[in-house]
Amino acid sequence: MKGLRLFRLAVWAAVFVLGGFLLISMQFPESQVGRQTTASGTAKVGGPFSLLTPAGKRIDNQSLAGRPYIVFFGFTYCPDICPTTLFELTDLMADLGPDADSFEVLFVTVDPERDTPAALSSYMTSFDSRITALRGSATETENTLKSFSAYAKKVPLETGGYTMDHTAGVFLMRPDGGFTGMMDMHEPRETKLEKLRRLARMANTVQG
Amino acid sequence: MSLPFKVVLLAGTLCSTAASAHEFSSGAVVIDHPWARVTAASAPVAGAYLTVTNTGSEPDRLLGGSTPIASRIEIHQMTMDDGVARMRLLPDGAEIAPGATIELAPGGMHLMLIGPDRQLVEGDSFKATLEFARSGTIDIEFVIQRTALGGATGDGEHAGHKP
Ligand SMILES: [Cu+2]
Repeated sequence: MKGLRLFRLAVWAAVFVLGGFLLISMQFPESQVGRQTTASGTAKVGGPFSLLTPAGKRIDNQSLAGRPYIVFFGFTYCPDICPTTLFELTDLMADLGPDADSFEVLFVTVDPERDTPAALSSYMTSFDSRITALRGSATETENTLKSFSAYAKKVPLETGGYTMDHTAGVFLMRPDGGFTGMMDMHEPRETKLEKLRRLARMANTVQG
Repeated sequence: MSLPFKVVLLAGTLCSTAASAHEFSSGAVVIDHPWARVTAASAPVAGAYLTVTNTGSEPDRLLGGSTPIASRIEIHQMTMDDGVARMRLLPDGAEIAPGATIELAPGGMHLMLIGPDRQLVEGDSFKATLEFARSGTIDIEFVIQRTALGGATGDGEHAGHKP
């Protein structure tokens, strides 16, 4: 009996601590995420980058200033996670409606060698037109990866050709270019929608 | 790893009626619900998935396959490690122990169609032949779906219906 009571007490204590933590993180979402990230030893995310759209328009961290944005890395020779992410973002953006106009969605190819501007522009016609594909030179791509503490590596396949190992998560960025968290495609749909709505609200805050 | 597995289980449950009409067997091997993901315009590759059960008493091995709509089919394994997605060729294919079922599902193993000659569109289907070490070749037909559940993208519970 005593053990059970102690256990209950511990559970309630945990609930209060967790609840308090949630309350704080809801009030200070950005700073809290930033602090957590640093505390857990994760490398810094967010920094300068400069890439081109398939149409040749330059997009960089300066041109995005004042807008929240989403960045993820992939390549068109990816059969699984990249198209899944793109189709899923397309569906989420449809659910969000005009809210999805409040942020930019950037798909950065880690395989500029095969993902030519022509290949990318054709590929992207299958997804929400508000998703922008970005491509850079090898150096520009490398610099972008560095800015997001992301990883990509060319790996030869035994059958010829190659594949790209790459960071698969979706980076959520504040209007000031700072990192506000990741979105994992395995999260419940509602969680993903809420993260995107929060991002959209950041845009409105900046405008107002 | 657990989620793709769950999705497959769910898909298995939801599609049980369709599955009977969408099951192929030869020798000791039974292929259930082969499906391929819709592709983007001019996508150079496509991912395809299925479940294989070995009803025999000897181990068998999925060695690969072919389809008239792509240059070739390879067997790949995806892994996710510290946020990094990796895809590797399974040069020896995939073994199925006697009585065992293996699942090729998003996030795990897949068949990769190299150089599909068309965009894979939801609701369409295409023929393929799989090759097994013991059971030989099996002709199957892949249906094309947007997700494992055949509905909209999203997690298992919410896929297929939108709020
Ligand atoms: Cu593959």
